[in-house]
Amino acid sequence: MLKTLFFLLLVRPLVLLVCGINVRGRRYLPDRGPCIIAANHNSHLDTLVLMSLFPVTKVCRVRPVAAADYFLKNRLLAWFALELIGIIPISRRPTRKDGHPLAMVHEALQQEQIVIIFPEGSRGEPERLAPFKKGVAHLVRTLPEVDVVPVYLHGAGRSLPRGEALLVPFIIDVRIGPPLRYAGQGHARFVAELHDAICRLEQSIRGGTTDDQGTGHDI
Amino acid sequence: MTVVHDLFGGRVGPVILSILVILSAVTVAVFFVARNHCSLELRQRVRSWWIIVGLFLIGAMLNATVAMIFFGLISYLALKEYFTLIPTRRTDRRIIFYAYLSIVFQYWFAGMRWYGMFIIWIPVYLFLLLPFRQVLIGETRGFLENTARVQWGLMMFVFSLSHLAYMITLGPVAGSGVGGRELVLYLVLLTELNDVLQYVWGKTLGRHRIVPRVSPNKTVEGFLGAFFSISLLAVLLAFLTPFTWYEALFAGMFISASGFIGDVVVSMVKRDIGVKDSGNLLPGHGGILDRIDSLIYTAPLFFHYVYYLYY
Repeated sequence: MLKTLFFLLLVRPLVLLVCGINVRGRRYLPDRGPCIIAANHNSHLDTLVLMSLFPVTKVCRVRPVAAADYFLKNRLLAWFALELIGIIPISRRPTRKDGHPLAMVHEALQQEQIVIIFPEGSRGEPERLAPFKKGVAHLVRTLPEVDVVPVYLHGAGRSLPRGEALLVPFIIDVRIGPPLRYAGQGHARFVAELHDAICRLEQSIRGGTTDDQGTGHDI
Repeated sequence: MTVVHDLFGGRVGPVILSILVILSAVTVAVFFVARNHCSLELRQRVRSWWIIVGLFLIGAMLNATVAMIFFGLISYLALKEYFTLIPTRRTDRRIIFYAYLSIVFQYWFAGMRWYGMFIIWIPVYLFLLLPFRQVLIGETRGFLENTARVQWGLMMFVFSLSHLAYMITLGPVAGSGVGGRELVLYLVLLTELNDVLQYVWGKTLGRHRIVPRVSPNKTVEGFLGAFFSISLLAVLLAFLTPFTWYEALFAGMFISASGFIGDVVVSMVKRDIGVKDSGNLLPGHGGILDRIDSLIYTAPLFFHYVYYLYY
């Protein structure tokens, strides 16, 4: 309830009006889980943008995976991350006694939730794709019926880069690609395919070639 | 009831009613009569026109305070589209933030009718402030280009456009019974019709390209057709203004010509950056820059024409 209100009154106006998004490929977005959204990561805005792509009534079922050491470091931030955003915290330095680090993500997918994962692992340099971690492949190997939807975000790193507290609005480009599935190709292969898919989306922004091109508008 | 009275009473009433009737006729034609001959894009455009007309009537025609917020928001969306298009350095984020912030002040000065401040806030104060802020940041490389880009955006999308907002606050001209609201409707209607007519004349008669390197779809025939049509319309709609017939004729002439210039100047920006549309805010129209480009030139020119003659 609180999460829905938070998104309706604060996040959606911020993402859709203050910044503004330009979405291509919305048809690839699933309307129900289980599903993994895999995107590049440059800014705290990324999570809010991806969550705003879903109708506000469904936002409770969308769960971003986030680093426990960062988001649970103090009580206020932990309350914000867990109650308002609804993150699934994972440990970046797991120990044996914690159990499998992705157990909670696994559980969320089994409950047919939509899980947002940033395979780069951390916010990198704006507009530069870092090597991917293999967590996504671990998940889909055990849950091969889950779709992985690649998304490329451009401009969020300009609006709110790492290490800056001042939000300066720019329009954020969102490119969504066709979903990928795990078909026994092995971890490394799957992660490479996902990386390629996101790179292709990145190039579609750079080169300006998209499935529905503008026509030069006069009236 | 007061809304209906405000929109459909007085001198603006018949004009607003005609706009809605014509748009309805076009909608019926595009969606029902000639559905199979019309592209998806044309249908999107007509749908977007309804939204534009609706927002303009509610935003600009009802209340002066609402109009300040409405035009301020348009400036904000346009400036944001522009800043998204142009290359920026990370250190420019600070002056871009100031640029956004200045919109609030510009429209506030317009709303309180502080003419002196309204007219120098961006060309003088922001012009002097932004380079100083860059000095405090201390990044010397690209200083001149980036400061110039930001200032240029402010002049185009905030300063120029805000003349519409100031115009709406103008009181009635003695002895004519028309004021800011009628003048804004007159200007916006003629400017937008000029765009549409350039397209329509160009599609039907167009042979010779007028600025092939900048905007390949624009033709001499489209320009001249719109120029004469708008000049005539400007005289016919002169009851919205305090103008004599020849003052209205001259207004129509420069609105048509300068609207064309605004359009191609924004095209220059897009060609320079290498994009076709400035955004996708309005389906079938491109971005908001594609819609307001002509107003950037017509608004300040028309404002100062009226201001010099009657205020």
